[in-house]
Amino acid sequence: MYVAVKGGETAIRNAHALLAEERRGDPAVPELTLEQVKEQMALAVDRVMTEGSLYDRDLAALAVKQACGDLIEAVFLLRAYRTTLPRLAVSEPVDTATMDIRRRVSATYKDLPGGQVLGPTFDYTHRLLDFSLAETGHPQEKPAHGDAAAIPERMPKVVDVLDHEGLIEREIAPPEPAEATDLTRVPLDFPAGRDARLQNLARGDEGFLLALAYSSQRGFGSAHPFAGEIRMGEVAVEIVPEELGFAIEIGDITLTECDMVSQFKGSATESPKFTRGYGLSFGHCERKAMAMALVDRTLRTRELGGEALYPAQDEEFVLSHSDNVEASGFLQHLKLPHYVDFQGELVTVRHLKAEAARRRPEQAEIVP
Amino acid sequence: MTNAMREPLAGYNFAYLDEQMKRSIRRAILKAVAVPGYQVPFGSREMPLPYGWGTGGIQVTASIIGAEDVLKVIDQGADDTTNAVSIRQFFARTTGVATTERTAEATIIQTRHRIPERPLGPGQIIVYQVPIPEPLRWVEARETETRKMHALQEYGVMHVKLYEDIARFGCINTSYNYPVLVNGRYLMAPSPIPKFDNPKMDRNPALQLFGAGREKRIYAVPPFTSVKSLDFEDYPFDVQHWDHCCALCGAADSYLDEVVTDDRGGRMFVCSDTDYCGERRTAGHVGAGTPVALAAEAAE
Amino acid sequence: MDAPPPLLQIEGLTRTYGRRIGCKDVSFSLWPGEILGVVGESGSGKSTLLNCLSAKLEPTAGRVLYTDRHGRAIDVWAASEPERRMLMRTDWGIVHQNPRDGLRMGVSAGANIGERLMAVGERHYGGIRREAETWMRRVEMDLDRIDDAPFTFSGGMQQRLQIARNLVSKPRLVFMDEPTGGLDVSVQARLLDLLRGLVTDLGLSAVIVTHDLAVTRLLAHRMIVMRRGEVVEAGLTDQVLDDPQHPYTQLLVSSILHP
Repeated sequence: MYVAVKGGETAIRNAHALLAEERRGDPAVPELTLEQVKEQMALAVDRVMTEGSLYDRDLAALAVKQACGDLIEAVFLLRAYRTTLPRLAVSEPVDTATMDIRRRVSATYKDLPGGQVLGPTFDYTHRLLDFSLAETGHPQEKPAHGDAAAIPERMPKVVDVLDHEGLIEREIAPPEPAEATDLTRVPLDFPAGRDARLQNLARGDEGFLLALAYSSQRGFGSAHPFAGEIRMGEVAVEIVPEELGFAIEIGDITLTECDMVSQFKGSATESPKFTRGYGLSFGHCERKAMAMALVDRTLRTRELGGEALYPAQDEEFVLSHSDNVEASGFLQHLKLPHYVDFQGELVTVRHLKAEAARRRPEQAEIVP
Repeated sequence: MTNAMREPLAGYNFAYLDEQMKRSIRRAILKAVAVPGYQVPFGSREMPLPYGWGTGGIQVTASIIGAEDVLKVIDQGADDTTNAVSIRQFFARTTGVATTERTAEATIIQTRHRIPERPLGPGQIIVYQVPIPEPLRWVEARETETRKMHALQEYGVMHVKLYEDIARFGCINTSYNYPVLVNGRYLMAPSPIPKFDNPKMDRNPALQLFGAGREKRIYAVPPFTSVKSLDFEDYPFDVQHWDHCCALCGAADSYLDEVVTDDRGGRMFVCSDTDYCGERRTAGHVGAGTPVALAAEAAE
Repeated sequence: MDAPPPLLQIEGLTRTYGRRIGCKDVSFSLWPGEILGVVGESGSGKSTLLNCLSAKLEPTAGRVLYTDRHGRAIDVWAASEPERRMLMRTDWGIVHQNPRDGLRMGVSAGANIGERLMAVGERHYGGIRREAETWMRRVEMDLDRIDDAPFTFSGGMQQRLQIARNLVSKPRLVFMDEPTGGLDVSVQARLLDLLRGLVTDLGLSAVIVTHDLAVTRLLAHRMIVMRRGEVVEAGLTDQVLDDPQHPYTQLLVSSILHP
């Protein structure tokens, strides 16, 4: 006698236990500490914070550890936790011009006030596996910190330099700052404002944005960009508590910011000038910030009077598919049982086959 | 089969979401009930379960569930499929409410892909998990355009699809997520339930709520509302039929799952609705029990 | 006896793209049963004009008035979008130069023809199919192709299908944009013949945009000549073609109309 498969509950419990075992790996190897993840896998932590929309290095490190290094899973963990957090305050806009700079490069000017600061970067490393890192306790070369003191307090932003000359479009804050859209509270709507677009891109999957930005560089909707400036460092976050009525600092966060500058040939109503594309990430996610800035600009194609012909220019296409937590969940839901629907399809296909055989008996397949 | 109430999980709000969020979802539900079949956008949140795995249904259930409710969760008609178990556990942990596998005892039934065979009654709420709420999505990919089509009731193109089916196959070959017109106005995706279940939606005494978490939409069919499956006058809507009865309970009126019993074409057909099947067997109904050979059938 | 009101009345229609002019201050009337040809070289503004008339491109200034079946005058651009879209799928037909813009390339010829019927509530499959067959016959298409998708058709056949798809709902007014453009000369001739027969039989009114004066000569009762967005000459077709007044029209006629 047939008995339907039971025991989903036990199976799930066992799966959890097996996962925990896998996560731990060989118990003879010392367990990873959150400090180690935070300090030595810092870029993974940065990416999880950025796409997870939550600046908390400890929680992000925990998510990375819990997800066994699967960063999209870690982003998901952080986002689900974020849902339960109360909103205590809304910060003032951060001023990246006052950033405590650790890295600052511009591809548009050879030299500029404040100079180029290479900072910690993979850029000029030769990608040779460094076997010395295979050993622990290997002494590291100390950076010469002599010139760190030479980094000026305040470095003007490249876009502001262009702005002084009237060469770049102005970005003027509205006189009465409206509350910015928050996609974690209200659904995305089209056409999306720039605030919603930037938030969506900031939360968006790095790989997706990278591929879109790349496609635009290869001619699928080019915006001819220049990396006006990339800067990374610490910025103070301020809030204005109602009972005080003035801004107080609540801490510093690390940000990476990218201003892409693209030429715009002008239109009937606007004179030729440079236009902006903007990228911002938590921590040091430079590739993400650059890709975001490029895509921000390609998505302005229609606004600037062009025709949106390519994926990177298509707002609905990009913004609807950028979120990896949504995408991953929906893709993986294909693992869930679909046998009711499949049964429906079976019935239909059998019926169609029989119907086809009835209509054209001479062409009916021979059933082995 | 009912599990009694327990203490809800410490450290989290009742049913996971905070009260503000629940209120905003309930506002969306009220709007959805007021405009049957219309997709109401809502501020869907990240849940601890993945998008595509029922987050819309979970948020709807979370926002309407109270301590007195009795919850049933099914996936593919069954209470013991892994995702149904997982969602039921989630609510058992975060609310402590009583859960049940009995359709008759439940006040809220969250479902994926089926409507129970046992007719629902007044006061019951059925919550559908919806992957793609837009019935026009396969005809028009753009949200900006489909919203306009709904606003102007431009639904002719759905019939173009049905026409194509008949022209090519001699019948309408959509077998699940079969589009319906609600209250004579809005075209609606019934979620991927088999078309077998479509007639149950029509003038159902229960409140039917639909949640799409990833797509951030909620829609509803209030009790006793007309739900009509699209068709042609000369090709009327029809549901699946089987040449078999359930092998376990002998039911001839239920949706059947096909179970492969060996690799030589052996099959048996059993009720997809496990509660319905169990109830019938308890009442003394018995099926033939033996696997059916499809090859023998084909020769008939 | 009172003359019936014009079907279409265009008043001071202007469309600019920034500082560039698409069309400027165009006015004319189209009477029931009349075919109007709009000629000019590419860039003369005739396509902009057609798009403004057919409710696809909002004009910068001016009015488009349409008189519906009940004698009601509708200011097309002041009307609501639902009203405009309703006009486009019932009273009007649009035949595009590129069949891809006017057909659903992925669904069968029968469904392409039947779509407008289904859009206005026809729900009898057999009836829709019979109507599709009738129209395939009228545009001289092979009935065997009714279940084939348009991408398998030749350019001329696609154009015939587009015409059938538009005429099935018995529109009162048809807009055509270079209906014979991109086709071989012999195919063009047969299509023109077919069109002439159809507009006469059905008593259709139409606005046909073309750069081909032969098309105008064959189909249009009256014509307007456009240059740089403006109408430079208007009149009865034969009159304009046989005795062009404006130097530009003279140039067009002398350069194109060689027997």
